[in-house]
Amino acid sequence: MLRELYYIARGFLRTSGALFLFFLRLLRYSPTVLFRRFPLVVHQIHNAGALSLVIIMICGFFVGGVLGLQGVSNLARFNAEDSVGTLTAFSLLKELGPVITALLFAGRAGTALSSEIGLMKATDQLAAMEMMATNPVRRVLVPRFLGGAISMPLLTAVFNMVGLFGAHVVAVGLLQVDAGAFWQQLQANVGSSDVYEGIIKSVVFGIVASLLAVWEGYNAVPTAEGVGRATTRAVVKTAIAVLIFDFMITAVAI
Amino acid sequence: MSKPSENIVEIRDLDYARGPKEIFNGLNINIQRGKITAIMGPSGTGKTTLLRLMTRQLVPDRGHIEVDGIDIARLNQRDLFQLRQRIGMLFQNGALLTDYNVFENVAFPLREHTRLPNRLIRHIVLTKLHAVGLRGAADMTPAELSGGMARRVALARAMVMDPDILIYDEPFVGLDPISMGVIVRLVRKMNDALGISSIIVSHDVQEISTVADCSFLISHGKVVASGSPDELRNTTSDLVRQFMHGMADGPVAFHYSAPDYAEQLLGRDAE
Repeated sequence: MLRELYYIARGFLRTSGALFLFFLRLLRYSPTVLFRRFPLVVHQIHNAGALSLVIIMICGFFVGGVLGLQGVSNLARFNAEDSVGTLTAFSLLKELGPVITALLFAGRAGTALSSEIGLMKATDQLAAMEMMATNPVRRVLVPRFLGGAISMPLLTAVFNMVGLFGAHVVAVGLLQVDAGAFWQQLQANVGSSDVYEGIIKSVVFGIVASLLAVWEGYNAVPTAEGVGRATTRAVVKTAIAVLIFDFMITAVAI
Repeated sequence: MSKPSENIVEIRDLDYARGPKEIFNGLNINIQRGKITAIMGPSGTGKTTLLRLMTRQLVPDRGHIEVDGIDIARLNQRDLFQLRQRIGMLFQNGALLTDYNVFENVAFPLREHTRLPNRLIRHIVLTKLHAVGLRGAADMTPAELSGGMARRVALARAMVMDPDILIYDEPFVGLDPISMGVIVRLVRKMNDALGISSIIVSHDVQEISTVADCSFLISHGKVVASGSPDELRNTTSDLVRQFMHGMADGPVAFHYSAPDYAEQLLGRDAE
Protein backbone atom coordinates (compact mmCIF):
# COMPACT_ATOMS: atom_id res chain seq x y z
CA MET A 1 0.00 0.00 0.00
CA LEU A 2 2.64 2.51 1.08
CA ARG A 3 4.87 1.34 -1.70
CA GLU A 4 2.11 1.89 -4.27
CA LEU A 5 1.50 5.38 -2.95
CA TYR A 6 5.22 6.01 -3.23
CA TYR A 7 5.24 4.88 -6.87
CA ILE A 8 2.20 6.98 -7.70
CA ALA A 9 3.71 10.04 -6.07
CA ARG A 10 7.02 9.47 -7.78
CA GLY A 11 5.33 9.07 -11.16
CA PHE A 12 3.31 12.22 -10.62
CA LEU A 13 6.37 14.24 -9.68
CA ARG A 14 8.30 12.90 -12.63
CA THR A 15 5.53 13.80 -15.07
CA SER A 16 5.08 17.23 -13.53
CA GLY A 17 8.78 17.87 -13.80
CA ALA A 18 8.85 16.80 -17.42
CA LEU A 19 5.79 18.92 -18.15
CA PHE A 20 7.42 21.94 -16.54
CA LEU A 21 10.60 21.48 -18.57
CA PHE A 22 8.46 21.13 -21.69
CA PHE A 23 6.70 24.38 -20.75
CA LEU A 24 10.06 26.14 -20.41
CA ARG A 25 11.07 24.78 -23.81
CA LEU A 26 7.91 26.21 -25.36
CA LEU A 27 8.55 29.54 -23.64
CA ARG A 28 12.11 29.63 -24.89
CA TYR A 29 10.99 29.55 -28.51
CA SER A 30 7.93 31.73 -27.97
CA PRO A 31 9.52 35.16 -28.55
CA THR A 32 11.14 34.13 -31.85
CA VAL A 33 7.91 32.55 -33.08
CA LEU A 34 5.86 35.57 -32.00
CA PHE A 35 8.09 38.10 -33.71
CA ARG A 36 9.44 36.22 -36.70
CA ARG A 37 6.72 33.72 -37.55
CA PHE A 38 3.62 35.58 -36.45
CA PRO A 39 1.49 34.36 -39.39
CA LEU A 40 1.82 30.83 -37.99
CA VAL A 41 0.40 32.03 -34.68
CA VAL A 42 -2.40 33.91 -36.42
CA HIS A 43 -3.34 30.74 -38.25
CA GLN A 44 -3.58 28.90 -34.93
CA ILE A 45 -5.57 31.71 -33.31
CA HIS A 46 -7.99 31.21 -36.15
CA ASN A 47 -8.09 27.43 -35.55
CA ALA A 48 -8.38 27.51 -31.80
CA GLY A 49 -10.17 30.82 -31.32
CA ALA A 50 -12.22 31.90 -34.28
CA LEU A 51 -13.52 28.41 -34.97
CA SER A 52 -14.61 28.04 -31.33
CA LEU A 53 -16.61 31.28 -31.41
CA VAL A 54 -19.97 29.77 -32.28
CA ILE A 55 -19.98 27.18 -29.51
CA ILE A 56 -18.69 29.77 -27.02
CA MET A 57 -21.43 32.24 -27.96
CA ILE A 58 -24.23 29.70 -27.83
CA CYS A 59 -23.11 28.39 -24.46
CA GLY A 60 -22.50 31.92 -23.16
CA PHE A 61 -25.99 33.00 -24.11
CA PHE A 62 -27.66 30.13 -22.33
CA VAL A 63 -25.46 30.26 -19.24
CA GLY A 64 -26.24 33.97 -18.95
CA GLY A 65 -29.90 33.24 -19.56
CA VAL A 66 -30.09 30.64 -16.85
CA LEU A 67 -28.32 32.97 -14.42
CA GLY A 68 -30.95 35.56 -15.25
CA LEU A 69 -33.77 33.08 -14.63
CA GLN A 70 -32.35 31.76 -11.37
CA GLY A 71 -31.34 35.23 -10.26
CA VAL A 72 -34.75 36.81 -10.76
CA SER A 73 -36.73 33.94 -9.28
CA ASN A 74 -34.51 33.61 -6.20
CA LEU A 75 -33.81 37.28 -5.62
CA ALA A 76 -37.55 37.93 -5.82
CA ARG A 77 -37.86 36.27 -2.40
CA PHE A 78 -35.89 39.20 -0.97
CA ASN A 79 -37.44 41.77 -3.30
CA ALA A 80 -34.04 42.24 -4.87
CA GLU A 81 -34.76 41.38 -8.52
CA ASP A 82 -33.02 44.58 -9.57
CA SER A 83 -29.70 43.12 -8.42
CA VAL A 84 -29.87 40.36 -10.99
CA GLY A 85 -27.47 42.28 -13.25
CA THR A 86 -24.88 42.44 -10.49
CA LEU A 87 -25.30 38.79 -9.61
CA THR A 88 -24.93 37.69 -13.22
CA ALA A 89 -21.92 39.90 -13.76
CA PHE A 90 -20.13 38.61 -10.67
CA SER A 91 -20.85 35.00 -11.52
CA LEU A 92 -19.79 35.36 -15.13
CA LEU A 93 -16.76 37.61 -14.82
CA LYS A 94 -15.19 35.93 -11.82
CA GLU A 95 -16.13 32.29 -12.15
CA LEU A 96 -18.31 30.88 -14.84
CA GLY A 97 -16.87 32.85 -17.74
CA PRO A 98 -13.26 31.66 -17.40
CA VAL A 99 -14.09 28.17 -16.12
CA ILE A 100 -16.77 27.22 -18.65
CA THR A 101 -14.82 28.78 -21.50
CA ALA A 102 -11.78 26.76 -20.47
CA LEU A 103 -13.79 23.53 -20.33
CA LEU A 104 -15.40 24.22 -23.70
CA PHE A 105 -12.03 25.20 -25.09
CA ALA A 106 -10.54 21.91 -23.90
CA GLY A 107 -13.35 20.04 -25.60
CA ARG A 108 -13.35 21.96 -28.85
CA ALA A 109 -9.83 23.26 -29.46
CA GLY A 110 -7.75 21.17 -27.04
CA THR A 111 -8.87 17.87 -28.51
CA ALA A 112 -8.22 19.18 -32.01
CA LEU A 113 -4.70 20.22 -30.98
CA SER A 114 -3.84 16.91 -29.32
CA SER A 115 -5.20 14.72 -32.06
CA GLU A 116 -3.62 16.82 -34.79
CA ILE A 117 -0.18 16.73 -33.19
CA GLY A 118 -0.57 13.05 -32.30
CA LEU A 119 -1.49 12.19 -35.87
CA MET A 120 1.40 14.24 -37.22
CA LYS A 121 3.65 12.18 -35.01
CA ALA A 122 2.02 8.88 -35.99
CA THR A 123 2.40 9.65 -39.70
CA ASP A 124 6.08 10.64 -39.33
CA GLN A 125 5.37 14.27 -40.17
CA LEU A 126 7.28 15.48 -37.13
CA ALA A 127 10.21 13.19 -37.92
CA ALA A 128 10.11 14.41 -41.53
CA MET A 129 10.34 17.98 -40.29
CA GLU A 130 13.35 17.10 -38.18
CA MET A 131 14.91 15.56 -41.25
CA MET A 132 14.22 18.75 -43.17
CA ALA A 133 16.25 20.50 -40.46
CA THR A 134 13.19 22.17 -38.99
CA ASN A 135 12.58 21.93 -35.27
CA PRO A 136 9.01 20.64 -34.86
CA VAL A 137 8.77 22.12 -31.37
CA ARG A 138 9.30 25.56 -32.84
CA ARG A 139 7.40 25.03 -36.06
CA VAL A 140 4.42 22.99 -34.87
CA LEU A 141 4.06 23.08 -31.10
CA VAL A 142 4.88 26.65 -30.16
CA PRO A 143 2.50 28.33 -32.65
CA ARG A 144 -0.31 26.03 -31.47
CA PHE A 145 0.47 26.68 -27.84
CA LEU A 146 0.57 30.44 -28.38
CA GLY A 147 -2.55 30.42 -30.53
CA GLY A 148 -4.46 28.61 -27.79
CA ALA A 149 -3.08 30.72 -24.97
CA ILE A 150 -3.92 33.95 -26.81
CA SER A 151 -7.38 32.77 -27.83
CA MET A 152 -8.57 31.78 -24.36
CA PRO A 153 -8.83 35.27 -22.78
CA LEU A 154 -10.47 36.61 -25.92
CA LEU A 155 -13.00 33.78 -25.96
CA THR A 156 -13.68 34.38 -22.26
CA ALA A 157 -14.40 38.03 -22.99
CA VAL A 158 -16.84 37.04 -25.73
CA PHE A 159 -18.45 34.45 -23.45
CA ASN A 160 -18.95 37.06 -20.71
CA MET A 161 -20.40 39.63 -23.08
CA VAL A 162 -22.83 37.24 -24.67
CA GLY A 163 -23.68 35.87 -21.22
CA LEU A 164 -24.59 39.31 -19.92
CA PHE A 165 -26.64 39.87 -23.03
CA GLY A 166 -28.43 36.55 -22.41
CA ALA A 167 -29.16 37.55 -18.83
CA HIS A 168 -30.48 40.88 -20.03
CA VAL A 169 -32.74 39.21 -22.58
CA VAL A 170 -34.18 36.87 -19.96
CA ALA A 171 -34.41 39.26 -17.02
CA VAL A 172 -35.47 42.42 -18.83
CA GLY A 173 -37.16 40.93 -21.87
CA LEU A 174 -39.01 38.01 -20.31
CA LEU A 175 -39.25 38.69 -16.59
CA GLN A 176 -39.85 42.45 -16.73
CA VAL A 177 -36.90 43.59 -14.62
CA ASP A 178 -36.22 47.26 -15.20
CA ALA A 179 -33.42 47.69 -17.75
CA GLY A 180 -32.10 50.83 -16.05
CA ALA A 181 -31.88 49.09 -12.67
CA PHE A 182 -30.24 46.03 -14.24
CA TRP A 183 -27.37 47.98 -15.76
CA GLN A 184 -27.12 50.74 -13.15
CA GLN A 185 -26.69 48.28 -10.28
CA LEU A 186 -24.22 46.29 -12.30
CA GLN A 187 -22.17 49.37 -13.04
CA ALA A 188 -22.23 50.57 -9.45
CA ASN A 189 -21.13 47.26 -7.90
CA VAL A 190 -18.74 45.60 -10.32
CA GLY A 191 -15.26 47.06 -10.02
CA SER A 192 -12.16 46.67 -12.08
CA SER A 193 -10.67 44.21 -9.56
CA ASP A 194 -13.53 41.82 -10.35
CA VAL A 195 -12.72 42.07 -14.02
CA TYR A 196 -9.00 41.57 -13.41
CA GLU A 197 -9.66 38.41 -11.41
CA GLY A 198 -11.47 36.96 -14.43
CA ILE A 199 -8.76 38.07 -16.81
CA ILE A 200 -6.01 36.51 -14.70
CA LYS A 201 -7.97 33.27 -14.53
CA SER A 202 -8.59 33.15 -18.25
CA VAL A 203 -4.92 33.78 -19.01
CA VAL A 204 -3.82 31.01 -16.63
CA PHE A 205 -6.47 28.60 -17.94
CA GLY A 206 -5.47 29.39 -21.51
CA ILE A 207 -1.86 28.51 -20.77
CA VAL A 208 -2.83 25.36 -18.86
CA ALA A 209 -5.30 24.09 -21.48
CA SER A 210 -3.00 24.74 -24.44
CA LEU A 211 0.04 23.36 -22.66
CA LEU A 212 -1.71 20.12 -21.72
CA ALA A 213 -3.23 19.68 -25.18
CA VAL A 214 0.11 20.18 -26.92
CA TRP A 215 1.96 18.03 -24.39
CA GLU A 216 -0.43 15.11 -24.63
CA GLY A 217 -0.42 15.24 -28.42
CA TYR A 218 3.36 15.40 -28.59
CA ASN A 219 3.77 12.49 -26.18
CA ALA A 220 1.04 10.36 -27.73
CA VAL A 221 1.86 6.75 -28.54
CA PRO A 222 2.00 7.00 -32.35
CA THR A 223 -0.88 4.64 -33.12
CA ALA A 224 -4.60 5.18 -33.71
CA GLU A 225 -5.35 4.00 -30.18
CA GLY A 226 -2.58 6.08 -28.66
CA VAL A 227 -3.79 9.29 -30.31
CA GLY A 228 -7.33 8.63 -29.10
CA ARG A 229 -6.11 8.10 -25.57
CA ALA A 230 -3.96 11.21 -25.66
CA THR A 231 -6.96 13.27 -26.71
CA THR A 232 -9.05 11.94 -23.87
CA ARG A 233 -6.25 12.48 -21.38
CA ALA A 234 -5.81 16.08 -22.54
CA VAL A 235 -9.47 16.90 -21.86
CA VAL A 236 -9.61 15.14 -18.50
CA LYS A 237 -6.36 16.63 -17.25
CA THR A 238 -7.33 20.09 -18.42
CA ALA A 239 -10.68 19.90 -16.65
CA ILE A 240 -9.04 18.82 -13.38
CA ALA A 241 -6.20 21.33 -13.64
CA VAL A 242 -8.56 24.21 -14.47
CA LEU A 243 -10.78 23.54 -11.47
CA ILE A 244 -7.79 23.23 -9.12
CA PHE A 245 -6.21 26.43 -10.44
CA ASP A 246 -9.59 28.15 -10.20
CA PHE A 247 -9.76 27.32 -6.53
CA MET A 248 -6.20 28.47 -5.91
CA ILE A 249 -6.55 31.77 -7.74
CA THR A 250 -9.85 32.52 -6.04
CA ALA A 251 -8.32 31.74 -2.65
CA VAL A 252 -5.47 34.15 -3.35
CA ALA A 253 -7.73 36.85 -4.80
CA ILE A 254 -10.09 36.89 -1.84
CA MET B 1 38.23 19.98 -44.96
CA SER B 2 40.64 17.52 -46.54
CA LYS B 3 39.92 15.67 -49.74
CA PRO B 4 36.49 14.07 -49.54
CA SER B 5 36.77 10.42 -48.69
CA GLU B 6 35.46 7.75 -50.98
CA ASN B 7 32.75 6.82 -48.50
CA ILE B 8 29.82 9.09 -47.92
CA VAL B 9 28.74 7.16 -44.81
CA GLU B 10 31.00 5.10 -42.57
CA ILE B 11 29.63 3.08 -39.70
CA ARG B 12 32.01 1.29 -37.34
CA ASP B 13 31.29 -1.08 -34.45
CA LEU B 14 27.75 0.13 -34.03
CA ASP B 15 25.78 -1.19 -31.05
CA TYR B 16 22.18 -0.31 -30.50
CA ALA B 17 19.57 -1.87 -28.27
CA ARG B 18 15.94 -1.01 -27.82
CA GLY B 19 15.11 -1.96 -24.28
CA PRO B 20 16.30 -5.52 -23.74
CA LYS B 21 16.25 -6.29 -27.46
CA GLU B 22 19.62 -5.98 -29.12
CA ILE B 23 19.22 -4.60 -32.64
CA PHE B 24 22.78 -3.98 -33.79
CA ASN B 25 25.85 -5.64 -32.45
CA GLY B 26 29.13 -4.52 -33.94
CA LEU B 27 27.73 -3.36 -37.28
CA ASN B 28 30.19 -2.11 -39.91
CA ILE B 29 29.08 -0.52 -43.16
CA ASN B 30 30.82 1.73 -45.67
CA ILE B 31 28.57 3.42 -48.20
CA GLN B 32 30.27 4.69 -51.32
CA ARG B 33 29.89 8.17 -52.69
CA GLY B 34 27.86 8.59 -55.86
CA LYS B 35 26.45 5.06 -55.83
CA ILE B 36 23.06 3.58 -55.07
CA THR B 37 23.47 1.42 -52.00
CA ALA B 38 20.79 -0.97 -50.82
CA ILE B 39 20.41 -2.10 -47.26
CA MET B 40 18.39 -5.29 -47.16
CA GLY B 41 17.30 -7.69 -44.53
CA PRO B 42 14.32 -9.58 -43.17
CA SER B 43 11.58 -7.54 -41.48
CA GLY B 44 12.40 -6.50 -37.98
CA THR B 45 16.18 -6.45 -38.41
CA GLY B 46 16.28 -2.72 -37.80
CA LYS B 47 16.79 -1.37 -41.28
CA THR B 48 14.73 1.72 -40.60
CA THR B 49 16.45 2.05 -37.24
CA LEU B 50 19.77 2.12 -39.09
CA LEU B 51 18.58 5.03 -41.24
CA ARG B 52 17.47 6.86 -38.12
CA LEU B 53 20.86 6.26 -36.54
CA MET B 54 22.62 7.56 -39.65
CA THR B 55 20.67 10.79 -39.46
CA ARG B 56 20.88 10.96 -35.65
CA GLN B 57 17.18 10.76 -35.10
CA LEU B 58 18.38 8.05 -32.74
CA VAL B 59 21.65 7.92 -30.83
CA PRO B 60 23.67 4.68 -30.80
CA ASP B 61 24.75 3.01 -27.58
CA ARG B 62 28.26 2.59 -28.90
CA GLY B 63 30.13 3.00 -32.16
CA HIS B 64 31.07 5.61 -34.65
CA ILE B 65 29.06 7.07 -37.52
CA GLU B 66 30.56 9.47 -40.04
CA VAL B 67 28.50 11.17 -42.69
CA ASP B 68 30.53 12.92 -45.37
CA GLY B 69 33.55 12.89 -43.09
CA ILE B 70 31.68 14.39 -40.15
CA ASP B 71 31.34 12.49 -36.88
CA ILE B 72 27.63 13.03 -36.26
CA ALA B 73 27.80 12.18 -32.55
CA ARG B 74 29.72 15.40 -31.91
CA LEU B 75 27.41 17.79 -33.70
CA ASN B 76 25.35 20.30 -31.77
CA GLN B 77 21.82 20.90 -32.96
CA ARG B 78 22.68 23.76 -35.27
CA ASP B 79 25.42 21.81 -37.06
CA LEU B 80 23.23 18.71 -37.16
CA PHE B 81 20.47 20.70 -38.85
CA GLN B 82 23.02 22.12 -41.27
CA LEU B 83 24.10 18.60 -42.15
CA ARG B 84 20.49 17.49 -42.51
CA GLN B 85 19.88 20.21 -45.05
CA ARG B 86 22.23 18.24 -47.28
CA ILE B 87 20.33 15.01 -46.72
CA GLY B 88 16.98 14.28 -48.32
CA MET B 89 14.91 11.56 -46.76
CA LEU B 90 11.92 9.76 -48.17
CA PHE B 91 9.80 8.25 -45.43
CA GLN B 92 7.94 4.99 -45.80
CA ASN B 93 4.52 6.60 -46.14
CA GLY B 94 5.73 9.88 -47.62
CA ALA B 95 5.12 11.83 -44.38
CA LEU B 96 3.68 14.77 -46.30
CA LEU B 97 2.42 17.60 -44.11
CA THR B 98 -1.33 17.23 -44.13
CA ASP B 99 -2.17 20.89 -43.60
CA TYR B 100 -0.43 21.99 -46.80
CA ASN B 101 -1.08 21.20 -50.44
CA VAL B 102 1.42 19.46 -52.69
CA PHE B 103 3.08 22.68 -53.81
CA GLU B 104 3.58 23.98 -50.27
CA ASN B 105 4.86 20.61 -49.14
CA VAL B 106 7.61 20.70 -51.71
CA ALA B 107 8.25 24.38 -51.00
CA PHE B 108 8.46 23.78 -47.24
CA PRO B 109 12.26 23.32 -46.92
CA LEU B 110 12.88 26.33 -49.18
CA ARG B 111 10.58 28.55 -47.16
CA GLU B 112 12.17 27.35 -43.91
CA HIS B 113 15.80 27.65 -44.88
CA THR B 114 16.11 30.22 -47.61
CA ARG B 115 14.96 33.76 -48.23
CA LEU B 116 14.34 33.22 -51.91
CA PRO B 117 11.68 35.37 -53.56
CA ASN B 118 8.35 33.69 -54.18
CA ARG B 119 8.84 33.62 -57.95
CA LEU B 120 12.05 31.68 -57.63
CA ILE B 121 10.53 29.26 -55.12
CA ARG B 122 7.67 28.67 -57.52
CA HIS B 123 10.13 28.02 -60.29
CA ILE B 124 12.17 25.51 -58.27
CA VAL B 125 9.12 23.69 -56.91
CA LEU B 126 7.51 23.35 -60.32
CA THR B 127 10.79 22.04 -61.74
CA LYS B 128 11.01 19.37 -59.06
CA LEU B 129 7.37 18.44 -59.41
CA HIS B 130 7.84 18.19 -63.15
CA ALA B 131 10.76 15.84 -62.61
CA VAL B 132 8.50 13.42 -60.72
CA GLY B 133 5.68 13.98 -63.22
CA LEU B 134 3.30 15.66 -60.80
CA ARG B 135 3.39 19.30 -61.85
CA GLY B 136 -0.32 18.97 -62.54
CA ALA B 137 -1.02 17.88 -58.96
CA ALA B 138 0.48 21.01 -57.38
CA ASP B 139 -2.84 22.19 -55.98
CA MET B 140 -4.00 18.85 -54.61
CA THR B 141 -3.93 18.04 -50.91
CA PRO B 142 -1.98 15.02 -49.60
CA ALA B 143 -5.29 13.27 -48.81
CA GLU B 144 -6.22 13.31 -52.50
CA LEU B 145 -3.04 11.55 -53.61
CA SER B 146 -2.62 7.84 -54.20
CA GLY B 147 0.19 6.05 -52.35
CA GLY B 148 2.49 6.17 -55.35
CA MET B 149 1.81 9.84 -56.00
CA ALA B 150 2.37 10.73 -52.35
CA ARG B 151 5.75 9.04 -52.48
CA ARG B 152 6.68 10.90 -55.65
CA VAL B 153 5.73 14.21 -54.02
CA ALA B 154 7.82 13.24 -51.02
CA LEU B 155 10.67 12.50 -53.40
CA ALA B 156 10.31 15.93 -54.98
CA ARG B 157 10.37 17.43 -51.49
CA ALA B 158 13.41 15.37 -50.48
CA MET B 159 15.42 16.74 -53.39
CA VAL B 160 14.19 20.32 -53.41
CA MET B 161 17.23 21.50 -51.45
CA ASP B 162 19.54 19.68 -53.91
CA PRO B 163 20.92 17.30 -51.27
CA ASP B 164 24.16 15.33 -51.47
CA ILE B 165 22.56 12.22 -50.02
CA LEU B 166 19.10 10.84 -50.64
CA ILE B 167 17.79 8.25 -48.21
CA TYR B 168 14.83 6.08 -49.10
CA ASP B 169 12.98 4.11 -46.44
CA GLU B 170 11.13 1.21 -48.08
CA PRO B 171 10.26 3.18 -51.23
CA PHE B 172 8.57 0.23 -52.96
CA VAL B 173 6.23 -1.03 -50.25
CA GLY B 174 2.58 -1.13 -51.19
CA LEU B 175 2.97 0.21 -54.70
CA ASP B 176 1.40 -1.21 -57.85
CA PRO B 177 3.88 -2.41 -60.52
CA ILE B 178 3.58 0.78 -62.58
CA SER B 179 4.21 3.14 -59.67
CA MET B 180 7.00 0.87 -58.56
CA GLY B 181 8.64 1.04 -61.98
CA VAL B 182 8.28 4.82 -61.97
CA ILE B 183 9.95 5.13 -58.58
CA VAL B 184 12.76 2.76 -59.55
CA ARG B 185 13.51 4.81 -62.67
CA LEU B 186 13.34 8.05 -60.70
CA VAL B 187 15.79 6.76 -58.10
CA ARG B 188 18.28 5.88 -60.83
CA LYS B 189 17.72 9.12 -62.72
CA MET B 190 18.08 11.34 -59.66
CA ASN B 191 21.23 9.59 -58.55
CA ASP B 192 22.99 9.85 -61.90
CA ALA B 193 21.70 13.22 -63.07
CA LEU B 194 22.35 15.04 -59.82
CA GLY B 195 25.50 13.17 -58.83
CA ILE B 196 24.23 12.32 -55.38
CA SER B 197 24.60 9.25 -53.21
CA SER B 198 21.50 7.19 -52.58
CA ILE B 199 20.79 4.80 -49.74
CA ILE B 200 17.78 2.54 -50.06
CA VAL B 201 16.35 0.39 -47.35
CA SER B 202 14.17 -2.35 -48.74
CA HIS B 203 13.37 -6.02 -48.68
CA ASP B 204 12.10 -5.96 -52.21
CA VAL B 205 14.83 -8.10 -53.75
CA GLN B 206 13.63 -7.94 -57.35
CA GLU B 207 13.32 -4.16 -57.54
CA ILE B 208 16.47 -3.54 -55.59
CA SER B 209 18.47 -5.78 -57.90
CA THR B 210 17.59 -3.65 -60.89
CA VAL B 211 18.64 -0.39 -59.31
CA ALA B 212 21.34 -0.89 -56.67
CA ASP B 213 25.06 -0.74 -57.35
CA CYS B 214 25.93 -2.36 -54.09
CA SER B 215 23.94 -3.98 -51.34
CA PHE B 216 24.33 -5.03 -47.74
CA LEU B 217 22.32 -7.79 -46.19
CA ILE B 218 21.75 -7.35 -42.47
CA SER B 219 20.64 -10.04 -40.09
CA HIS B 220 20.90 -10.41 -36.34
CA GLY B 221 22.57 -7.07 -35.89
CA LYS B 222 25.41 -7.65 -38.32
CA VAL B 223 26.17 -7.43 -42.01
CA VAL B 224 26.02 -11.01 -43.23
CA ALA B 225 26.76 -10.31 -46.87
CA SER B 226 27.65 -7.45 -49.16
CA GLY B 227 28.36 -6.92 -52.80
CA SER B 228 26.49 -6.27 -56.02
CA PRO B 229 23.04 -7.84 -56.29
CA ASP B 230 24.40 -10.45 -58.73
CA GLU B 231 27.13 -11.42 -56.32
CA LEU B 232 24.58 -11.83 -53.56
CA ARG B 233 22.35 -13.93 -55.76
CA ASN B 234 25.12 -16.35 -56.59
CA THR B 235 26.44 -16.67 -53.08
CA THR B 236 26.78 -19.95 -51.28
CA SER B 237 25.62 -18.70 -47.89
CA ASP B 238 22.34 -20.34 -46.88
CA LEU B 239 20.93 -17.27 -45.23
CA VAL B 240 21.66 -15.03 -48.21
CA ARG B 241 20.23 -17.58 -50.62
CA GLN B 242 17.10 -17.93 -48.53
CA PHE B 243 16.58 -14.20 -48.48
CA MET B 244 17.44 -13.50 -52.11
CA HIS B 245 15.27 -16.31 -53.40
CA GLY B 246 12.46 -15.91 -50.92
CA MET B 247 12.52 -19.46 -49.57
CA ALA B 248 10.44 -20.39 -46.52
CA ASP B 249 12.99 -22.84 -45.17
CA GLY B 250 16.49 -21.92 -44.20
CA PRO B 251 18.43 -20.34 -41.36
CA VAL B 252 15.60 -17.84 -40.81
CA ALA B 253 13.00 -20.14 -39.34
CA PHE B 254 9.39 -20.01 -40.45
CA HIS B 255 8.24 -20.49 -36.86
CA TYR B 256 8.75 -17.87 -34.23
CA SER B 257 10.30 -19.55 -31.21
CA ALA B 258 7.57 -21.42 -29.33
CA PRO B 259 7.18 -24.36 -26.95
CA ASP B 260 6.86 -27.85 -28.37
CA TYR B 261 3.78 -28.11 -30.62
CA ALA B 262 2.48 -31.47 -29.42
CA GLU B 263 3.11 -30.65 -25.80
CA GLN B 264 1.24 -27.36 -26.11
CA LEU B 265 -1.73 -28.90 -27.94
CA LEU B 266 -2.02 -31.64 -25.36
CA GLY B 267 -1.93 -28.98 -22.69
CA ARG B 268 0.87 -30.59 -20.73
CA ASP B 269 2.78 -27.37 -20.24
CA ALA B 270 -0.27 -25.69 -18.73
CA GLU B 271 0.07 -27.72 -15.60
